[in-house]
Parts: sequence; structure tokens; C-alpha cells
Amino acid sequence: MKTPTEWYLVVSAVLFTIGTVGVLVRRNALVIFMAIELQLNAVNLSLVAFARQWGNLVGQVLAFFSMTVAAAEVVVGLAIIVALYRKRGTANVDDAHLLRW
Amino acid sequence: MGILILFWTMATIAVASAIAMLFMRNAVHSALALIVNFFCIAVFFLMLGSQFLFVVQIIVYAGAIMVLFLFVIMLLGVDPQDRLGERIPGQRWVAILLGAGLVAEVVVAVRLGLGLSSGNAARLAALNRGGNVRALAAVLFNRYFFPFEVTSVLLIVAAVGVVLLGRRQAGAAAAPQRPVIVSAGGESDGTGDLSAGQPPEQGGDLEPVQ
Repeated sequence: MKTPTEWYLVVSAVLFTIGTVGVLVRRNALVIFMAIELQLNAVNLSLVAFARQWGNLVGQVLAFFSMTVAAAEVVVGLAIIVALYRKRGTANVDDAHLLRW
Repeated sequence: MGILILFWTMATIAVASAIAMLFMRNAVHSALALIVNFFCIAVFFLMLGSQFLFVVQIIVYAGAIMVLFLFVIMLLGVDPQDRLGERIPGQRWVAILLGAGLVAEVVVAVRLGLGLSSGNAARLAALNRGGNVRALAAVLFNRYFFPFEVTSVLLIVAAVGVVLLGRRQAGAAAAPQRPVIVSAGGESDGTGDLSAGQPPEQGGDLEPVQ
């Protein structure tokens, strides 16, 4: 018995939505960043599910590239958050609304 | 039958840990819930016949990236009183409502488009016969060789950029950079309580322009 591709896609959609809601409702920049990671992982899950659906490996290759880009993105984003914290003393995104240093 | 039990267990844990990540007040608890979620997604990869991504997910995400997150959380100091107040009234409920709408839309679209088929899993199993890593490498290093090399440029640029961002300014290197934990009570604009703890030579550029 194989699990239907639809189930994975629905789980992926639910996780992506939780990530989106997290970005919208949380105020801590680090938690917002974690929610973005959750969104990226949800999309990776649907990519791998589609790779099985069509019976080739291209989706898995794309998920691999997406992981690489996500690693680079995490490093740069965390460095920005640390720089922001050094300047402002807080990681709350509501306090960083001046568009200047 | 076993795979169905495994799927539903993992799906439950994945969604529950994601929701826990969303509602934890403490950033460290959020990070731990996210690690659980990454492990669940890794198991999904394994069930979908992608052993390589299973291992990479655990090493890169649950290992490296989350350690980096925890490192930064510890570096910045945990602020346990994370304000959950909203700037725009009713934003939270609108966000949850729109999220539920998105899930319903995806469920309908997938059901109409794919139905309940499990796809061409037999062909993927045939491709994976010599091992998933070997099959993936054959695709990656032939058809996608150039993007793979470009990825290394991306990583180098990211590393250089982070070194540049993390560098302290030459003038401020001597000043003690002790960050202030902003008191969580009330509505603050984030600039007023900051000037007290910053070194005096830096206080000037933090004043808001009125």
C-alpha cells in the first residue's frame, strides 16, 4: 500500500500555512526566521512528493538546491539580526521601523 | 498498513510541533519544537524514497542550521517576555482565517488535480535501484552540473557577506557592547530605552528624527 501523494501535499500545505501565520503574528525576529525555515521545509516536502509522483529525480535535486540556498539565507539573515540587535538592543521587529540605522 | 500508521503518526507530530513552535513564548522552546518538526520531515523524505535528502535534512537542518539558531539565541540573550501585542488590530485573527482558507484551497486543488493516486512510484523505485545517492549524483553531476557549481559561488558570497556584516565598526571596537534587555512593559518605540545603555559616543545616531 502506497501513501497517496495528496496526503504529503496537504501536510506540506498545513506546515506552510503555520509558517505563514507565524511570520504574521510573531514579533521576535528570530521566531519569524524560524517560521520562514518551516515554510522552506514544507515546500521541500512537496517537491520530494512530486518527484515520486512523476517518477523522476528532478524534484529531489531541486529540494537539494533549495536546502543549499536556505543554508546561505539563514547565515546572512542571522547576521543581519545580530547586527540589528547590536544597534538597537532588541530583536523585536516592531521596534525596527525607522528604515535607518 | 504499517506505512499508513507511520505516516499519520509523523503527520500528527509534525503539525503539533509546528503549532508548538508558533505558540511558545520562549525562543529556545520554539527552536526545539522546530527540530522535532525537521526530524518528522526527514522521515517523510525517507518514506518518499529519498534517502539522501533524509540524511541531509538531519545533518544540515536539524544539525547545522538549528545549532546556528540556538547559538544566536544564546548570544542575544533570551528575552522571556516576548510581547505578543499587535500593531494592527485584529491582525492575528485575519492571519489565522486566511491561513485556513489557503489550506482548504490547496486541499481542493490537489484533490481535483491529482486525486488519490500515489503516482509513478514504481519508476522512482527503478531509478533508485543502485541506491538513491548514486541515482541522484548521476542527475546532479550531469544535467545540473552548472547550477551545482554556481551554488558554491553563492556559499562563498554568503560567507564573505556574513564576515562583513558581523565585523564591528573600527571606532566602536573599544566600547563595551553590552546590550540592554528592553523592558517589556508598555508600548515603547525602542529608541528611548536604548540610549541609557549604549556607549555615549553611539547614542547620537540613535535619536529618532522628528
